[in-house]
Formats: sequence, C-alpha cells, structure tokens
Amino acid sequence: MIDLNNLSIKKAKKAFSDKEYTARDLVSEYLDVIKKQNPTINAYLEVFSNEALLEADKNVSGKLAGIPIAIKDNILIKGKIASAGSKILSVFTAPYSATVIEKLKKEGAIILGRTNMDEFAMGSSTENSAFGPTKNPIDETRVPGGSSGGSAASVAMNGALAALGTDTGGSVRQPASFCGKVGFKPTYGAVSRYGLIAMGSSLDQAGTITNTVEDAKVLFDVMKGTDPMDSTSYYPDMPVKVKGRLVIGVPRKLFEGIEKDVLENVELAISKFRDLGYEVLDIELPNAKHALAVYYILMPAEVSSNLARFDGVKYGLHKGGKDLLDEYIKTRGEGFGKETRRRIMLGTYVLSAGYSEAFYRKALLAQRLIRRDYDEAFKKIDIVLTPTTPTPAFSLGEKTDDPLQMYLADIFTVPANISGNPAISLPSGFVMVKGKELPLGIQLVSTHYAEDTLFKAGGDFLGE
Amino acid sequence: MITPEDIQKLANLSRIDISEEEKISFSKEIDSILLYVSQISDLAVQTEIDNNIFQVRNVFRADGEPHESGLYTADLIKGAPKNEKGFVKVRKIISHD
Repeated sequence: MIDLNNLSIKKAKKAFSDKEYTARDLVSEYLDVIKKQNPTINAYLEVFSNEALLEADKNVSGKLAGIPIAIKDNILIKGKIASAGSKILSVFTAPYSATVIEKLKKEGAIILGRTNMDEFAMGSSTENSAFGPTKNPIDETRVPGGSSGGSAASVAMNGALAALGTDTGGSVRQPASFCGKVGFKPTYGAVSRYGLIAMGSSLDQAGTITNTVEDAKVLFDVMKGTDPMDSTSYYPDMPVKVKGRLVIGVPRKLFEGIEKDVLENVELAISKFRDLGYEVLDIELPNAKHALAVYYILMPAEVSSNLARFDGVKYGLHKGGKDLLDEYIKTRGEGFGKETRRRIMLGTYVLSAGYSEAFYRKALLAQRLIRRDYDEAFKKIDIVLTPTTPTPAFSLGEKTDDPLQMYLADIFTVPANISGNPAISLPSGFVMVKGKELPLGIQLVSTHYAEDTLFKAGGDFLGE
Repeated sequence: MITPEDIQKLANLSRIDISEEEKISFSKEIDSILLYVSQISDLAVQTEIDNNIFQVRNVFRADGEPHESGLYTADLIKGAPKNEKGFVKVRKIISHD
C-alpha cells in the first residue's frame, strides 16, 4: 500500500528512485481508488486505464516522470473526446493536444483521464455538467465546487496525484478550497491557452489542484512560458523575485456579511502569518467590491462570442431541421444546457446596440479601476489575503434555482481574474457543519509574475 | 425590466431554441442578474481612463512558412457531423421561391 494521503510529486519521485515502488504501482493504486470511488463521486468522465499503465511502463525521464495527473475535460488531448461537460461536444474528438498537455507529457507525466466540470466551465458547483454532478469526497451530500469540480474531487478522493483545471472566475481555487486542496491560478497569460476550450478569453487561465504548494510550483514551472500558438501568452525571463520580508495586506472591508466561522478562520490565518514573521497591514481596494458585477458583464459578452462557433456544422452535435437556420437553432437549443444558454443571452444583451455603452464599456472602465487598486496596493504590500470563498462547500441542489446566489460563491476569487493577478488557495482548517468537518481555504494574491512569492508564503503557511 | 418577449428576441439573435416556460424563467433570472451588475453604473470614472480603455492590442503572426497544404484536413473534416469527399456538408441556403 502506498500512502496516497500524504503524497507529493517530490515524494513519489523519491520513491521511484529508491525503488520503493514503480510508476506502474502508483498508477495501479490510483486506478483502484478510481474504480471504487468514481461510481459515487463522478470525478472522472473517462479513465485511460490501459494507456496510463502502458505509459507507466515506459520508464521515461523528466521532471514529472511517472506522475499521474487528471485533466479537466476542456483541455484538448489528441485523439480523446473533449466534451467541456457539454452535450454539444459529447462526440467531439480533439484533433490536437493543448500546449499544456504537450509540456506535461514531455516531462513524463501520465494522464489518468478526463474530469467532470460545469458545462463550458460555467458554474461553481459542477452541477451544470451534462454528465451529472460530481460529489464532494469529503461529504457526498455536498458539491465539490466548480467549475473544475471533477479535478478537485479527483485529487481529494486520492484518484490522482495532481489535476489541471481552468480558472476564469475562481474555477480552480474555489473547488480546491471546497475539497481541502491547494488551488493555483497563474498570472493571466503565464500559461498558454492553446488547446483550452475558450469561455472568457480575456480571463481564462489554466491552473493546478495539488496536495502541496511545492507540487503547484513544480507543475507551473513545467507549464509556464510564452507560446507562439497563443498570442496572449507571455512569461518574462526574469519574473518577480521573492523579497526577504513579505508584507501581507488584508482588505477587511470586503469581508462584510460573510459567515462568522469563515471570518474567524481568516483571522487565525493572519495570526499564523504574523507568527511566521510576516508583516500584516490593513488595506483598501475601493473598487474590488464591483469585480463580480464587472465579471458578469465581460465574461458573458465573451461567452456569447466564443460559443457562436458551435453550430452543428463544423463539429460536435448536429440536429436536423427544416433549413440551415432551423438546424442552428435546434442544435444550440438542445446541445447547450440552461446556464450556458442563460449566459449566451446575457452576453448578447450587454453587447447589443443601446446597451453596450451602459454595460460592456462601463465594465471595461471599472476593470481598469480595479486593476489600478491592485497596482497601488502592491506598491506597499506583496500579498493580498482574503478567504477563498464566503462559505464552506454547500449542499447539492442548494443554489441551482438561483443563478445569482451561485455567482456570489466566487465573490473573493473573481477579482484576481479581472486584474489578471496570480492567486493561490490554501487549505486553512475546518468548520463543523451538521456533524461534518468541512474544509475552508484562504486566498493569497500577488502582483503579476510574482508566482514565486505565492509559493513561498503558501509553503510557509502549510509548513512545507 | 426584461420581458419574456425580450428573451425571445435575445434567443433569436443568439440562435438558441428556448421553451415557453423558459422564456418566463430566463426573463426573471436575467432581470435579477442585470439589476446586480447595474451597480457599476454608479462608479465615478475618470476621463483619463475613459479615453484609453482598450489597452490590449492584437499580436499577429508573420506571414510565411505555411504548413504543407492539406496536412490537417482529414482530421478536421472527420469532426464535421456531415461531410463528403473532404468537404463539410451543409444544407442548401438559397431557395427558389
């Protein structure tokens, strides 16, 4: 038996080189867990059992040699279905691999399978998947968060050593927090989006869900970099260096109205950082409270444009009709779920003549104000600390009838997507809810390309 | 106020089929979302920002060094629900009446 609970990439690699166990042993162990757990949890949509074992036998070298990783289903793997959790792409086979997949494979990573997600990454609970919800392995009556809920659950149920997700408004950090894992979103553009199924292109970013902060760093170092296939990607040769003594800023005004347990947990985390020698200051981000409103204008606008390509002609689902227009309407009506159609229509509205000035243009302006708030704050501090989510994992079905309530689950994570800053969610303890211990998370945000600052502070916090 | 008729109009614009019941539920939900996002209309926005909101610019790939013609055609055509002889097949769009 391998102790999967406390495993990290470094430990697994050491065990391989010490001949304690082989990559095949490790892959088999994860496949066994998946076989037992997945029928209930529904973290994976497809498991590549045979290929994973074959890959494990190859004995390759590399930074991730033999490391089993789960992949969110909106990241293309050549020859595999990439459904993005949608009926409209349920039959779509990827004709090429995403840059991140190529990079992971080049370093010897083993892809275990495709993980469940909210349709086109739209949601905060994985309940918007066309293939049924994923359950939280810690409490199966609760959601794992979303949209990368399958990826978070795969790691939390010991069904993968690490997982890739995508984060447009918190879709990596929020599920990581709900499942008690480390969730990391790099600076916008630091990791190539080539081969990621687009949702809000100016906000989308690939990220990781891992057991440790160090694993997040290992994966990030493999995945980062400017990619000629993604003109929005950029990573500097000299990223921001970690300072000797780091200063944390806490925007307490943003915490108004959140649960007492969550607040207490954040205060505990703050004292822990003080004990570790960090300086902690109160800061204000005057416009950050508007980030969620800005997000629900910019993102649907981009969604309505990005999802126009799904028409039943070029790829994916096709529904017959009386003429071409009728076929478009039927294919999109049947192929897209409720939340996807809601956001496409919302985006169409905020971009339409007469409204685009009041909504879309105003949101772009507000985005500038929010970015400026962060830029100003980072002149005095190195890290912004907040809770990752306003509550622990909520119950399945609790928010499905009220989209706005669901959106509010991302209130603390969205600002980093609006400003493009890197952010990490760290497990910060538990809260007792109805006799179950549910994990909570804190979020650290740093200035652009200061990922190493987050890894340093995150590692210190978790005692790595 | 977003009415069920507005929703039908948006559905037509975005080429999405919706049911009669959904027209009503979507109108209520989208209305409450729009009410929430309208908070940004109160933001005082300074003109210095106003004049220069589009910070992003397009990056274009230089022309030249194209890949061999047809290299990916078969793979891509295979994905089209209806295809024939290396072409994507669509319904006739010109009518005779």
